[in-house]
Amino acid sequence: MEMLRVDNLAVTRGGLPVLEGLSFTLNAGHALVLRGPNGIGKTTLLRTLAGLQPALAGTISMPPETMAYAAHSDGLKATLSVAENLHFWASVYGTGSIDGALDQMNLRQLATRAAMSLSAGQKRRLGLARLLVTGRKIWLLDEPTVSLDAASVREFGAIVQQHLQTGGLALMATHIDLGIDAQVLDLTPHMQAAAQLRQDQEGFF
Amino acid sequence: MSLWEYANPKKFLALSGRILPIAAWGAGLCLVVGLVWGFFFTPDDYKQGSTVKIIYIHVPAALMAINIWFMMLVTSLIWVIRRHHVSALAARAAAPVGAMMTLIALITGAFWGQPMWGTWWAWDPRLTSFLILFLFYLGYIALWSAIENDDTAADLTSILCLVGSVFAALSRWAVNFWNQGLHQGASLSLDKEENVSDVFYFPLLVSIAGFVLLFVALMLLRTRTEIRARRIKALIARETLS
Amino acid sequence: MIALLIRDLRLALRAGGGFGLGLAFFLIVAALVPFAVGPQAAVLSTIAGGVLWLGALLACLLSLDRILALDWEDGSLDLMASAPLPLEALVSIKALAHWLTTALPLVLAAPVLGVLLQLPQAGFYWITLSLAIGTPALSVIGTFGAALTVGIKRGGLLLSILVLPLYVPTLIFGAELTRRGIQGMDTSTPLLMSAGISFACIAVMPFASAAVLRVNLR
Repeated sequence: MEMLRVDNLAVTRGGLPVLEGLSFTLNAGHALVLRGPNGIGKTTLLRTLAGLQPALAGTISMPPETMAYAAHSDGLKATLSVAENLHFWASVYGTGSIDGALDQMNLRQLATRAAMSLSAGQKRRLGLARLLVTGRKIWLLDEPTVSLDAASVREFGAIVQQHLQTGGLALMATHIDLGIDAQVLDLTPHMQAAAQLRQDQEGFF
Repeated sequence: MSLWEYANPKKFLALSGRILPIAAWGAGLCLVVGLVWGFFFTPDDYKQGSTVKIIYIHVPAALMAINIWFMMLVTSLIWVIRRHHVSALAARAAAPVGAMMTLIALITGAFWGQPMWGTWWAWDPRLTSFLILFLFYLGYIALWSAIENDDTAADLTSILCLVGSVFAALSRWAVNFWNQGLHQGASLSLDKEENVSDVFYFPLLVSIAGFVLLFVALMLLRTRTEIRARRIKALIARETLS
Repeated sequence: MIALLIRDLRLALRAGGGFGLGLAFFLIVAALVPFAVGPQAAVLSTIAGGVLWLGALLACLLSLDRILALDWEDGSLDLMASAPLPLEALVSIKALAHWLTTALPLVLAAPVLGVLLQLPQAGFYWITLSLAIGTPALSVIGTFGAALTVGIKRGGLLLSILVLPLYVPTLIFGAELTRRGIQGMDTSTPLLMSAGISFACIAVMPFASAAVLRVNLR
């Protein structure tokens, strides 16, 4: 089943076009990994897909209320407990229960601990638990394996795999092989076209 | 042909390049004529003596201070609605000129007020409103210079200008109310225009025309500079990308 | 939306949340004023209402950069903006949380500090009333300022420069309401204006705040 379709998308960063002519579709149960050198616009693309910034051109179509976005940082509140952090996101997304996510992420024992007392790996797990409590199908992940050791990366890969098997989708920017079966989209060719500033766009020349 | 064509930076540069010298020379001529006429060829006021002659700077500056903010409001609206870059840049270019006009109005007002009322400053509604207007100009300029991305800065300052205009109008009203509440009947009136006779009126008009042209010239000059700065930025960005 | 309010209240009350900072600042201002103008009861009681209003306004101002900057720094603002939560609602809740944690304590503390400043008898009622009516506007306008400066590093001073002129009408009518109340004059105009400004700000400013926040997030 086709869930995410992107047509001829162009995205801008700081008012300048960085990527152009992006077209892809992603079906339920599949993952897509964005590749390309630093600064090419992976984060910009993910933020555009997440609706945080307008696209310069092209269309993005996905069913309503199916997307959850995770940025570089987990957006955790250090003074709130693990359960309080999760409860907040569960009520924002209207899903209510956090039990499944706590168990799946093996955070049950840590539920009452303040987020600041967690290790980097535990924090990342909490960040992923946040994605689980959103109950959303389409995951947009920006460098999800930052600050994870090899074992945690494998663990993370397993969780994404599980999400895919239950009909989820994942679109992520990462340099690391997660050991999951994913399509790869190299952004480099799309940068070449964008490198030429459109002369007529602003008419400054 | 549509007026909006001049929102194209290239066309704007061409047109403003022709208007700029006319405005600049016109401003110089009007200011010299207006001020010399006003300062040396008008009689002293029977009550205020020669002090009244500061009117030829004070009144035009005060007029411009308000009208420049109004012009910024209009150009901000144009940017928000039609996304013409020149419009946002013109607002940016006008702001420091407007702030200076406000400052000139305040300072010349103090010079005028000192011999007339025996004080450099009174919390008269008009004086207070101009002080508040000056604060709005400062905030607007500070916000422009604090943000690196030009489009972001244009968006944010436009909204600040719109919100600020509402609050400036509200402040004007509030200050009127507040001052009456403070010293009833004792407030000083600055409404000198009412009793200005023709002898003072015509040099004043010339002087006002001079200030308007001066603003137009400065604003065009600064907008042209902003456009060129944007070109340089775009060129550097293109160079970095390729 | 309730969840966001509860979260913000929890954060404010926990360690490092900054609850009480504004209150402490308010106390210090009230305590320092007599040192500056002299201890004469007559002088103090004349200016008490205005000093309390100014102190409350500055205490509010002090805490504005916490409204959005912390969520911006740890990335939760991005996550909330991509969540099913309208930004207009987000900034309204943020302003409400600011009012509850910062402004409401100031309203309640004002009569107590009024004792220090020889506030006249009638003033205790009027200062509490005028602050209760006026401070919501301070919180909502302040949230607009916080949204404007959220992306700017060390934007604290800029935030003050932007917000203070916007505070002028609220301050004028709030302080005037207190003064007229104390002097037993007609209070209907400043009362209605204070309430009108607060209600209008609550109704309209969230749209402006959300618009600038949207610009800052992209």
